[in-house]
Amino acid sequence: MTDITLNRRDLIPALFPKPDEYLFITGLAGPAKDVCAHTGESENVFAMGGAMGSAVTTALGAALSAPDHKFICVTGDGELMMAIGSLATVSSMGPTNLSIICIDNGCHGETGGQWGHTSLHTDLSMMAEGAGIPKVMTISSADQMNEAKTFIESGEGPRFLWARVLNGPPSKVTRNWDLIQRRQIFKSGFRARQS
Amino acid sequence: MSKSVREDWSRKIFDRLVAEGVELFGYVPDAGNKAIIEMAEESNATKPILLTSEEEGIAICAGADLVEKKAVVCMQSSGVGNCPNFLGLIDGAKFPLLMVVTMRGDYGEQNPWQYPMGQAVEPILEAMGVRCIRVETDVDLGDALEAAIGGAFKAGQAMALILSQRFLGAKPFGGGVN
Repeated sequence: MTDITLNRRDLIPALFPKPDEYLFITGLAGPAKDVCAHTGESENVFAMGGAMGSAVTTALGAALSAPDHKFICVTGDGELMMAIGSLATVSSMGPTNLSIICIDNGCHGETGGQWGHTSLHTDLSMMAEGAGIPKVMTISSADQMNEAKTFIESGEGPRFLWARVLNGPPSKVTRNWDLIQRRQIFKSGFRARQS
Repeated sequence: MSKSVREDWSRKIFDRLVAEGVELFGYVPDAGNKAIIEMAEESNATKPILLTSEEEGIAICAGADLVEKKAVVCMQSSGVGNCPNFLGLIDGAKFPLLMVVTMRGDYGEQNPWQYPMGQAVEPILEAMGVRCIRVETDVDLGDALEAAIGGAFKAGQAMALILSQRFLGAKPFGGGVN
């Protein structure tokens, strides 16, 4: 297996120096923390705190419904494995405005670091390619981040970035756990972007 | 049920959903939703989304709502068992939701495999905060459709329009229990 040297806390800030340009849907746990810490959980972020597996298809529903906006789904390896079929659903619909980033630490960090399938033989880039996602990239070190940023910014999606990271802690952040309020904040932020 | 009868009520449901502004139709194929999905394929106003699991359709409805659009999810009753985890997102954040559930394991069912999940549909949905509106006869459909659509998109509730097997007609089954 590839040597992994990428620190997850550096990933989202490096890929999105201007996060306001995107609408973010994140899965629960580490991916939510990394995105909320970088953005200050701004109005353009809807971050899950449960419903594991739902990030990719929530982002798909939004991306298909608002084709003039750019969507980033940030998920983890545990969540993506739970909903791996959703990559085929994305592939068949082909939303050009959707990028999926999987922050893969090879374990279930939120529940105590128990091992995950990707720490053994499971290759998420092959699974994304096999699902038919047309653009797939894998990174595992900091010196690939500029290339990954270009990958996210260039041309049409759907695309899938497999970011293999060290098993270190996600970013520290205090989140708003009122999900009714977070839904309303996202929606009013979206309305403001349209006007 | 004859093909033309199924197309009549399917047209009624589809046209009413389009009039309400529904654009995305997530679905896992079922004999009961076949005509609705064919209509969604033919229309320029709608997009059918083939799902690998019914739960994906629940999340798609949430995603559409986040950007001020409307989606529905169509599934056979057996698919309701795949949904509760994602229904937690709907109930927790108070997303509007409209599920169209076509029943098996219900009135007249001849396949014993269908009964356990079919009979659990309403208890599961109710436990997850989804309000069930059941259609038993042709006469029920119009009012039930309005109630389900109004509940979801006017009152912001999670609703399931349940098309019973009495309404749909039970599928003849070649098996048998020995």
